[in-house]
Amino acid sequence: MTARTCLPHLTRRLLLTATAATILAAPALAQDTLKLGLVAAMSGQSAKSGEAIVRGLSIAIDEINAKGGVLGKKLELLVRDDESNPAKGAVAARELVQREKVAGLFGGLDTPVSIAIVPFANQNKVPFMGVWAAGTPITRNGAAENYVFRVSAVDVLVDKALVDYAMKKYATKKPGMILINNPWGESNEKGLKEALAEKNMPYAGIEKFQDADVDVVPQLTRLKEAGADVLFMVANVAPSSQVVKSLDRMGWNVPIVSHWGPAGGRFSELAGPSSQRVHFIQTFSFSGKLSPKAEGVLAALKKKYPEIKGLADVTPAVGIANAYDAMNLMTLAIAKAGSTEGPKVREAFYALPKYEGLIKTYDKPFTPTNHDALTSDDYIFTYFKEGEILPLTN
Amino acid sequence: MLLISAIVSGLAVGSMYGLIALGFHTTYVVSNTVNFAQGSAVMLGAVLGYTFGVRFGLPIPLAVALSLLLCALFGLVVERALVRPFAERGSNGWLMATVAGGIVLDNVVLFTFGKEPRAFPSFLAQKPIELFGAGVFPLQLIIPVVGIGIAIALQLAFHRTRHGKALLAVMQNKDAARLMGINVRVAIAFSFALSTALAGLAGMLIAPLFSVHSEMGTLFGIKAFAVAILGGITSASGVVLAGLLYGLIEALVTAYAGSTYTQIVAFTVVILALATMPNGILGRAATNKV
Repeated sequence: MTARTCLPHLTRRLLLTATAATILAAPALAQDTLKLGLVAAMSGQSAKSGEAIVRGLSIAIDEINAKGGVLGKKLELLVRDDESNPAKGAVAARELVQREKVAGLFGGLDTPVSIAIVPFANQNKVPFMGVWAAGTPITRNGAAENYVFRVSAVDVLVDKALVDYAMKKYATKKPGMILINNPWGESNEKGLKEALAEKNMPYAGIEKFQDADVDVVPQLTRLKEAGADVLFMVANVAPSSQVVKSLDRMGWNVPIVSHWGPAGGRFSELAGPSSQRVHFIQTFSFSGKLSPKAEGVLAALKKKYPEIKGLADVTPAVGIANAYDAMNLMTLAIAKAGSTEGPKVREAFYALPKYEGLIKTYDKPFTPTNHDALTSDDYIFTYFKEGEILPLTN
Repeated sequence: MLLISAIVSGLAVGSMYGLIALGFHTTYVVSNTVNFAQGSAVMLGAVLGYTFGVRFGLPIPLAVALSLLLCALFGLVVERALVRPFAERGSNGWLMATVAGGIVLDNVVLFTFGKEPRAFPSFLAQKPIELFGAGVFPLQLIIPVVGIGIAIALQLAFHRTRHGKALLAVMQNKDAARLMGINVRVAIAFSFALSTALAGLAGMLIAPLFSVHSEMGTLFGIKAFAVAILGGITSASGVVLAGLLYGLIEALVTAYAGSTYTQIVAFTVVILALATMPNGILGRAATNKV
């Protein structure tokens, strides 16, 4: 994997250079806009997440521009592909800030990429808004002047919610963990252990698996033999479906309480009918009864992106909704600051006016000690049915 | 229970590695080169199988045949464009060229096939059957049978048939083979077509157990190369045997020591095995007669 990703993707680089060249060639046009940057996975397994984020940000930008933009300028979104690679993400962030002079950055799905951008954002005093990656240390990064904000789930809060849900719904006595072997899995291993310790609950075991593992039966058999009565699962969509298929093969009908990995793709297609047994966390769903705001955004999405026909085509709803709200909060902060200077915008984030968003109404969402706009009260549990994410009502 | 399920899992996964590794074996014994785009050929087989069988809805035998044909064609292109120009000059440039070719293919597929992993359903991987108390999909039993069958067929073909012997002659001495009337270029091209077709077949067999996406072959390719070296790349049965062993080690380490140690132990075993058996399990020492 690493050997492969560090090799040059020539075509993409050429494209980048070409884009940069065209922008440089049209300075008049470039000066008229207020630029914001996105660094997210636009290719590879998680590409659908990047697409969702771009859609959420773009719909918000269209609305804001229709009302005259911010500080008298129209907003312009510059998108860079990080290929889920932290080094590439860091380079892209640098390029956006230093060459394109973006007023703020948005991040993508991958926690490792966001973690690589955090120190750069703080040193250069550029607001960096997370809209997907849930890794705890992204916002809780220990910087004296923290420029990183987030409208998304936070692992440590998610882990608490997962434990609460397993206790309430399944009366678990001894849960087991099946986690992807990467920093995201680690972040949740820590969070889950802490959440379980808080409840004085023992666990059956912690098992890791790889993205490319075809067969997870050995790991799952260990958890079964250790007496796990619920499984906590943390992995992206493809590996998550390998867990479900392996459980099918074992004939082990254990409840699965999952982080939101399955939401990132066609989970019900990949995992088959058993995908329904996975209950996973979300911050938002377009299913069910929608607020007028959500109706409006959904209609705008369908209009702008004709390939969106039904709810199954907005499956990573979290990406769209988090990005939409995040863009609105970012521009409210810039408007409040009356400037694009980082320190002023950062202060403005702490004094945002009340904003009625897609996920909730944000009332003082950020304070100097809390840079996460969403709390565990904003999480919902959902499941997949025939390509659609449906909320669980209970 | 733990032991049996680990053995069944290990043998099934291991035979996939073996099947892909046979592709490395085929080109190596004929031309002394290997195609590092083999992992991408695995992916290509699965992607083509999905496209013909699921998206276009062709009958599966036809979809498989078409996919294998196109995979073989890919092998010919790799040989002609990425191996021959370097190998005939005595350069090792084919090493990097085939790696690069694989990356190009992965990215072409990414942009044409799409970014999302897709499912390749098969009735052979839906209802598990019980085997010594462990559940397996019928497909997991078919893969080892196919792997071992192909290894035996290759062994026989190389050592018992006229054309097979001709291929081996190319490896031993290209000039002598040419003087004996063997078309060396055709022989080498054929070995590449055969190797990528084998990889494509492996891809289609794995796909229902896994998911189809542009990066699915990468790690398989790397592990299969380790397996090919471990087995002694010159022996077809050694390669398949090494695949099964490697799969077993992975599964047993995971089951008894925990998944944290799987990769560490598995690759350490590869290094140790090579240190003690430099020519692999069943490989023969390369001797250059002057």
